[in-house]
Amino acid sequence: MTIVTISRDDLPIGSVTSRTVGWWSMIAAIITEASLFAYLLFAYYYFAVQRRGEMWPAEMPTFKLAAPNTVILLVSSVAVWFGERGGHEGVRWKQTAGMGIGFVLGVIFVTIQVFEWKAKSFSLNSGPYGSIFFVVTGFHMGHVVLGLIMLLPLTLWSALGYFGPGRDAPISIGAIYWHFVDAVWLVVFFSLYITPYLGLRHG
Amino acid sequence: MTATEYDRAPRVAVRDYASPLAEKLNALWETKPGVIGWLSSVDHKEIGLRYIVTSFIFLIVGGIEALIFRLQITQPNETLLTPEQYNELFTMHGATMILWYAFPILTGFSVFLQPLVIGTRDMAMPRLNAFTYWLFLFSGIYLYVGFAIGEAPNDGWFNYVPYASRPFNPGLNIDFYALSNILLGISTTLGSLNFVVTLLHMRAPGMSINRLPILSWGTLTISVGNLFAMPSVTLAFFLLWMDRQFATHFYRPPTGQPLLWQHLFWMWGHPWVYVIVLPAISMVSEALPILCRRPLVGYTAVALATVLTMVLGFGVWLHHMFATGLPGLALSFFSAVSILIVIPSAVSAFAWLGTIWTGRPVFNTAFLFFAGFIVVFVIGGVSGFMTGSVPVDWQLTDTYFVVAHIHYVLIGWNLFPVMGASYFWFPKMFGKLLDERLGRWNFWFMFVGFNVGFFPMHISGLLGMPRRIYTFPEGMGLDTINLITTIGSYVFAVGFLLFIINVVLSLRHGQDAGPNPWDAATLEWTTPSPPPPYNFVVLPTLATRTPLWETRLRESPYHSDLGKGFPLDHGKEALATTTLDAQPEAILRMPEDSLMPLLLALALTALFAGLIVKLWWLVIASLVVGLIFQLIWLWPRAKLAERRP
Repeated sequence: MTIVTISRDDLPIGSVTSRTVGWWSMIAAIITEASLFAYLLFAYYYFAVQRRGEMWPAEMPTFKLAAPNTVILLVSSVAVWFGERGGHEGVRWKQTAGMGIGFVLGVIFVTIQVFEWKAKSFSLNSGPYGSIFFVVTGFHMGHVVLGLIMLLPLTLWSALGYFGPGRDAPISIGAIYWHFVDAVWLVVFFSLYITPYLGLRHG
Repeated sequence: MTATEYDRAPRVAVRDYASPLAEKLNALWETKPGVIGWLSSVDHKEIGLRYIVTSFIFLIVGGIEALIFRLQITQPNETLLTPEQYNELFTMHGATMILWYAFPILTGFSVFLQPLVIGTRDMAMPRLNAFTYWLFLFSGIYLYVGFAIGEAPNDGWFNYVPYASRPFNPGLNIDFYALSNILLGISTTLGSLNFVVTLLHMRAPGMSINRLPILSWGTLTISVGNLFAMPSVTLAFFLLWMDRQFATHFYRPPTGQPLLWQHLFWMWGHPWVYVIVLPAISMVSEALPILCRRPLVGYTAVALATVLTMVLGFGVWLHHMFATGLPGLALSFFSAVSILIVIPSAVSAFAWLGTIWTGRPVFNTAFLFFAGFIVVFVIGGVSGFMTGSVPVDWQLTDTYFVVAHIHYVLIGWNLFPVMGASYFWFPKMFGKLLDERLGRWNFWFMFVGFNVGFFPMHISGLLGMPRRIYTFPEGMGLDTINLITTIGSYVFAVGFLLFIINVVLSLRHGQDAGPNPWDAATLEWTTPSPPPPYNFVVLPTLATRTPLWETRLRESPYHSDLGKGFPLDHGKEALATTTLDAQPEAILRMPEDSLMPLLLALALTALFAGLIVKLWWLVIASLVVGLIFQLIWLWPRAKLAERRP
């Protein structure tokens, strides 16, 4: 009879690696949030297929605000990535600046998005397209705002020097959520702005 | 000892529940006395029991609703209830049972048992665990506030539009249903997330994924399933609420798509059927072999069948919509998958039969419930298989045949295993055995009452009795059948009453159980009964799937180490292990008891209360307060090793 032995190496304590409880739960949360957007876009494509040409507004989607806004959101992700690297390296200014710039760009995205909403000829209750457009982009806005609510304290905590090498899991967890919000926007953008040009309008 | 520690080689101690080490751990993990202590507890055993008790209360309430409306359809032309009262009662019955009983009861068992069976000290996120419980409780209260003020949902539990749309249902009835479901959905999703992380990340060292107890396979599978399925129903209800209150165009004709509701609802609804049965049948797969004195036949096949059932469960939702005029190709595909899903279910059934056949069964009450379950499992499976065929479904849809099927599935596959599991794990929860004599009466009343009550529904369905009618005329050949159905349901209720009596009596006078009354094989039976707040005084190391049976089974040359292990006593600590091999990965700092879960759940409920009456200041105020609570909750603490000192 041999009793198994267990290795007794040094074990890190707490939320240290990017594989800890918080990181895992954020991945699980992202899976469920991604599913939410899949169902939202299912509704969009379902209407597009079921109602043939009927549901669309008169004009095609315009890229005047949406395209630059997409770029802004992408750049914010780069900034947050830069901040996360700062956390790994233990460079506090880099970390704070990255998170802070990500936050500011996120706020700019939200502001421009409000103007984008105001410029639309349809409204939430003018017809199915309006309902879908505003609920889908509204859900995305909700997630951006949630991401901003994460980035703001993360910036503050970074500035206070809470995090550094070996103690930067919250930064990575916040960052991966922000990248997710970004990735979802690309899918939403493709669905709402590009597919009409690819012939979805004609069923 | 200090917060500045970045890493440590844990020491090894000997397992002794009467040592100073145990006392130290007890002081660290114990819930403080008093009301505040009770409200802020994050102990998974405490929360699991709260889940179980609350769910049983919902079961009783839902059961009483059924007993009342059964009286209305016991004989023809009865006038006990008005049609509106009848509608509200059967809707509340369905909603309460399917949403506020069937899943939360399994969550309760899982929350109590999972950390014990995988050999850890708590759920991965103990405060989140408390939060999901409070939110579940408040969502149920929210629904029943609607009931109390006469605005109960009245459109059946699956709530089809356009009847659930505002022009046809102008009160707040459906809004109460929609918003309480969104609250419950948040709770369910977060609870599932917690299980996924706990089961993948906190198993005892050596409990590699192929040694995961079959009990945990059920919970793990449906928790992952929930992550994908829950957003669908939450979204469906949200869009319905938008349609009703903000005049959007998702469902309501002529511009909206009523069938979109059915798609979104059943894309969640059918996986949900498996969500509320797989953990229950996993409890059978775990406990039945112990009562048959042998390991489960076909562990790997049963584990894979569990996962496969869940996966296929995502591809059958259209069989709830066969009668809605969908294209033939879609009907064929979904009919085929619906019939295919019988195969993994049958794998489990044959595994149980094989286990009983080749084992030496102990015929106690728990065994009777499990054996009875197998009988109704097959009947419910066969009636499901029948309605999976399109032409049969066209004939039977919306008749009592479907009502019979759903009750065989939900009572048969959920309540019977839950009853058996209650008898089986009650000694672990309270240290006392339930009374066997009363247990037999309990089983036979429930088993006979169930079959007398629900089997005839197949026949009334075949005779063409539609579901959800509040009365029926004389002379249609339905009089006797409905009378028998009502009698059966009352016998069934008496059976459940005997269970409650048994629990009350056994808590006072029950025989002491000791740590392992069934001579079982898994880790939860190595702790005292009831387990101490810290569960394991030292963390066990596993070499096989059945650590307590190793000397008898001799399946492996290696033996588990239950006698010594990491005490992890530098504060509230637990061990994180790798996902597949369960090798030690990190020492986790676990949070203290906290009032934040309760306060945040209250804030969120206040927000939803504001939404239903459109009291926007209340919505904004609770949002702000909730965010502050979250900030306090998540503020990095050096003690939890979330920040630098």
